[in-house]
Amino acid sequence: MASESAAVASHNAHAHPGYGEVRHHFESYEQQKDASTIGMWVFLLTEIMFFGGMFMAYFVYRQWYPTAFASASLKTNLWLGAFNTTVLICSSLTMAMAVHSASLGKRLLLVGFLIATLVLGGAFLGVKAYEYHDKWEHHEIPGEHFECEGCADAGHTPLFFALYFGMTGLHASHMIIGFGILVVLIWQAYKGKFSAKWYTPIELFGLYWHFVDVVWIFLFPLLYLIDRSGQGGLH
Amino acid sequence: MAGNSKHDEHHIVPVSVYLAVFFTLIALTWVTAWISTVDLGPLNIYVALSIAIFKASLVVLFFMHIKYGTRLTKMIVGAGLFWLALLLFIVMIDIGTRNWIGVPGR
Repeated sequence: MASESAAVASHNAHAHPGYGEVRHHFESYEQQKDASTIGMWVFLLTEIMFFGGMFMAYFVYRQWYPTAFASASLKTNLWLGAFNTTVLICSSLTMAMAVHSASLGKRLLLVGFLIATLVLGGAFLGVKAYEYHDKWEHHEIPGEHFECEGCADAGHTPLFFALYFGMTGLHASHMIIGFGILVVLIWQAYKGKFSAKWYTPIELFGLYWHFVDVVWIFLFPLLYLIDRSGQGGLH
Repeated sequence: MAGNSKHDEHHIVPVSVYLAVFFTLIALTWVTAWISTVDLGPLNIYVALSIAIFKASLVVLFFMHIKYGTRLTKMIVGAGLFWLALLLFIVMIDIGTRNWIGVPGR
């Protein structure tokens, strides 16, 4: 009994390890990291279903009003979309390199790649803002003053634009949230909070950032590409 | 944790793998943008979505380290995709076949 209480006492002394150490309920860094990764993925699954609902709405309305969707999607700017996809993929590479630098314990490289990710993300949002402004100028925002010049089945084209703004807006809001987290991570990395042994926040933020990239990889063809030539519609 | 015999050792993906994935993603982005301007009839959507699925798989496998992940993580990702597939598939089966029988008020 005495030895047991001694064990409990010594256990309690180590019950609150510092930031970045192995918590007492884990056996090793590896196990702790696996648990964190799984937790992040479970969160990402809820995100898949969050976006999934909007993709579902898109597919249903596109099936019902293929003509309206085909002519409305021609209003998007193909080359701006492709350029922005390129920018986002570049930011995914810099994020992957940030995680890589963190795993090697290279502090300044980590800070540099995180800043590059922030800058590229900003460039993406800048192009997106330009595209939104363009839509605003052309009255392509659903509402009282909506018009879709030269569109076939124009009565149903607001559906496309509502989904366009809903989906790209939800995507952009994820990037803005990512921005806030990135700024904190850059500061923490600069302060030397992460080491080659422990960089879980960098790794998990990487998963989030790449997830946002994956969502865009699907938004790009659906909103910009698939009705560019021919008639469209699922056959 | 099962399938995780090596203790405290994390897999470090070589930079060359990241670069190869990156250049493939960039190339496919411009290929898919270009193909969208070519009239393939009903095939356009399938080509565009196939390229998107391939690109997304590259990101998930390499950038998100699923290729090097534990079995449990892989299973969780698979379960999520399965659930999404159920949503999309079953609803589209309904939406796609409603016109097949001319029932009023379908």
